[in-house]
Amino acid sequence: MSKLKLETQGDRYVVVTRQFAATPEALYRAHTDPKLIQQWMLGPDGWTMPVCICDARPGGKMRFEWASSGQAGFFLTGEFIELTPYRRIVHVERMHLPDPTPDNHVETTFEANGSGTLMTMRMTLPNAATRAAMLATGMEGGMEASFARLETLI
Amino acid sequence: MISTDRLDSAFLALADPTRRAILTRLAKGEATVMELAKPFAMSQPAISQHLKVLEDAGLVAQRTEGTRRPRRLATAGIDAMDRWLEMLRSALERNYDRLDQVLANMESAPRKKGGKR
Repeated sequence: MSKLKLETQGDRYVVVTRQFAATPEALYRAHTDPKLIQQWMLGPDGWTMPVCICDARPGGKMRFEWASSGQAGFFLTGEFIELTPYRRIVHVERMHLPDPTPDNHVETTFEANGSGTLMTMRMTLPNAATRAAMLATGMEGGMEASFARLETLI
Repeated sequence: MISTDRLDSAFLALADPTRRAILTRLAKGEATVMELAKPFAMSQPAISQHLKVLEDAGLVAQRTEGTRRPRRLATAGIDAMDRWLEMLRSALERNYDRLDQVLANMESAPRKKGGKR
């Protein structure tokens, strides 16, 4: 039932693929238009993105801020490196937890195929300390919920 | 299977900035209490207290080498890679389910200027 594929590549990369019933253009817009990003890039239930700055051009800055009632918020900053409209986005990003994590280099591509678009996202794996900090910050509510769901499935 | 208790104590252990800094230091290699205490301007007992919390949570392990007892990240306890990947997967799955809906709405309500494409 899961359309998402997530696999690690070597010890540095994680590659995510996901099929969508939409055009590459629509997907590209949903990844670059702040108004659209704010509707879906929210992570676990209960989080919102009150601030979304996304200047989608080479050198343009991004800043996403997440908030949740009862938990400390966190934010992400980044810069666009290369954009090929409707096909490819290359950017670098870091989480602020509140200390910045090492830069995560992300390449996202949208490839039209028979039934829609295949999205592929290739990103750098965070180091052990960064993973620990990410697990500790912000998302624990959602994560516990997802583990609880997992346990009910097994 | 990761027990919820274990997860709770790990999150509790990670909620403290000094303990996160200790983990960051141990990510670079093992260190003794004395070596850990140095950059934190804290007493060794205070550092030992933090280490105990981290050890109880399964995040840090120690070994004995003569009189030294260097601490290291406990990879088995942390399983941070697996947990992080699982967190990433569940966050992304949730995101993309929402994105499906956003895309469907875009389809049915095309941009005002220039029509659908």
